[in-house]
Amino acid sequence: MKTLDQIKQTMRRDRVFDFMVSTGTHPVHRGEIDTSHGPILYVENINVSFDGFKALNDLTLYIDDGELRCIIGPNGAGKTTMMDVLTGKTRPDSGTAYFGQSMDLTRMTEHEIASSGIGRKFQKPTIFPEHTVFENLELAMNMDKGVWASLQFKLTGEQKTRIEEVMQTINLVQQCHTAAGRLSHGQKQWLEIGMLITQEPRLLLVDEPVAGMTHQEIEHTAELLTGLAGKHSVVVVEHDMDFIRSIAKKVTVLHEGHVLAEGDMDTIQNDPRVIEVYLGE
Amino acid sequence: MSFTHELIKLVQQDRVGKYLLSSLLAVSIMVPVLNLLVPESSSLHVSTYVVTLLGKYLCYALLAIALDLVWGYGGILSLGHGVFFALGGYAMGMYLMRQVGDRGVYGNPELPDFMVFLDWQELPWYWLGFDQFWFSALMIILVPGLLAFIFGWLAFRSRVTGVYLSIITQALTFAFMLAFFRNEMGFGGNNGLTDFKDILGFDIQHGGTRNVLFVVSALALAVGYLLCRYIVNSKFGRVVVAIRDAEDRTRFIGYKVESYKLWLFVISAMMAGIAGALYVPQVGIINPGEFSPLNSIELVVWVAVGGRGTLYGAIVGALLVNFAKTFFTGALPEVWLFALGGLFVVVTLFLPQGLVGLYQQTREKYLARRAV
Ligand SMILES: Nc1ncnc2c1ncn2[C@@H]1O[C@H](COP(=O)(O)OP(=O)(O)OP(=O)(O)O)[C@@H](O)[C@H]1O
Ligand SMILES: [Mg+2]
Repeated sequence: MKTLDQIKQTMRRDRVFDFMVSTGTHPVHRGEIDTSHGPILYVENINVSFDGFKALNDLTLYIDDGELRCIIGPNGAGKTTMMDVLTGKTRPDSGTAYFGQSMDLTRMTEHEIASSGIGRKFQKPTIFPEHTVFENLELAMNMDKGVWASLQFKLTGEQKTRIEEVMQTINLVQQCHTAAGRLSHGQKQWLEIGMLITQEPRLLLVDEPVAGMTHQEIEHTAELLTGLAGKHSVVVVEHDMDFIRSIAKKVTVLHEGHVLAEGDMDTIQNDPRVIEVYLGE
Repeated sequence: MSFTHELIKLVQQDRVGKYLLSSLLAVSIMVPVLNLLVPESSSLHVSTYVVTLLGKYLCYALLAIALDLVWGYGGILSLGHGVFFALGGYAMGMYLMRQVGDRGVYGNPELPDFMVFLDWQELPWYWLGFDQFWFSALMIILVPGLLAFIFGWLAFRSRVTGVYLSIITQALTFAFMLAFFRNEMGFGGNNGLTDFKDILGFDIQHGGTRNVLFVVSALALAVGYLLCRYIVNSKFGRVVVAIRDAEDRTRFIGYKVESYKLWLFVISAMMAGIAGALYVPQVGIINPGEFSPLNSIELVVWVAVGGRGTLYGAIVGALLVNFAKTFFTGALPEVWLFALGGLFVVVTLFLPQGLVGLYQQTREKYLARRAV
């Protein structure tokens, strides 16, 4: 039975299979993300249930390296739960989630996942309210995050310049020394995106980035995220269809914890199943 | 060189800290002078009793900043921090007991009186080494540190937080109290360790020794304060506050939260141990009562009253509440517990930032009004 399961798993996996590649062609070092087969993220047959309620139901999807993917779906479709699984907050009942070819996210702790290169923006903006904007960005910054390193940490000129650049990008230069708790809702959203940028992850999971933003702010956010794609892989969850339309190449529709449809925006909009789900609400 | 440089920078950037350290320096010169050099007939004379009392307060203040470090900055409300204070105290007490030698009531050169009384023939293994000061000094730091490490490792790794953590810390100190009450434990049971004779060869009752203990306590408080200030000013300190305010967020940007909490807790426990060790030779006794959960709760009240998350607030709170306690327990002993309870209610309801917060708010308002 077990071998059967293993074979099944390889059958579901996209494109090139490990056993087909002769060993030694692309040696993978520990902690390195192997995207040689195309996708950076392999989510396969994930199931999550809360007290019998299936929040994720046999969810399978792949994200390519450098891709900007939009995920939409009605409330309660399981979008946030999917991110919880990918960042180690929620353990799935079954299924696997591989980051690159070799890292099983379902077995890693939150900080291991974060330091291996996955960053996350929460649905409800979460920043550190008592710290200044600068300090928030500094805390997120990609560096040795061990206890001893933090105790001895001295900000280098290079790091300072980097933080200043990011503050420029997210329009918060004026607020450099403002406690983050005092920022407006939209500014908090940006600060959180800024923290994602200084963290320098390979894969960004962005949950509802434009909720509560003005039209102009939304446009700016769209620019930011499209600018990040390519060098990074970005997964954006949003309800705002105009926003999705402005950034999306490929859209995945989630419904009841399962992928309902996948494709470009036009295909999605004309898919009868998608229309039914959205109109049925 | 670079160490002194860092130190100077640390003090320079700390407005209130400068006042605090200079007053500590002033007190540790003035008090011995007024005690030893000013004749007893003078109204300026400070009695040895008062010197010892003040020394005791300084130990409490050191304990209070240790708690502030974990509670005010780390958001870990330990309701059992007295356990580390008491363990440090017991380690010092064991050293002092061994210094008694054959001057005890039973005149046994090998065994403390209470062991002779229990008919024990030889020293238990865990008393070995405590005749050496260096060994005892090491234990004063290591024993509380190790307990904090084991406890913290279990608790933080299983993500016990909030009220649950507070309750198990309380249970921890309670368990220690019950254990230390038992005679078979070999720590003097109910009576604890007392009747000390001398410390490092100096008569513990002597006025001069008392003054030295006072000055050492002031010094320990100053060093403890600077250490805490260094920690909270470092990036480690910023991470710890980040954990307090948004624990999950801190995890998701790549910090191993449990390690940060663990080391913060261990450092704090070691400081509490040192405070306890300095306290014992000044009060002349350590007994299981020091493990009492009530002591740990009182400690929380000091920090709450002074204002948490500032370090100096904890010192102010510890000093003020204990002055009040000394006054009340002398003048109106029945009233004290009610006064303490009332104080806690008033502070939690009306002064969430404590007295230091109140002062800061008034100062800001005043400055704002003057600016207009
Ligand atoms: N910890 C939990 N305990 C119980 N049920 C949960 C939990 N987390 C999520 N759920 C449920 O799982 C379902 C999926 O939730 P999820 O937050 O993933 O939806 P979503 O797609 O992000 O929706 P929204 O668009 O409203 O953010 C919901 O019905 C929700 O009530
Ligand atoms: Mg959601």
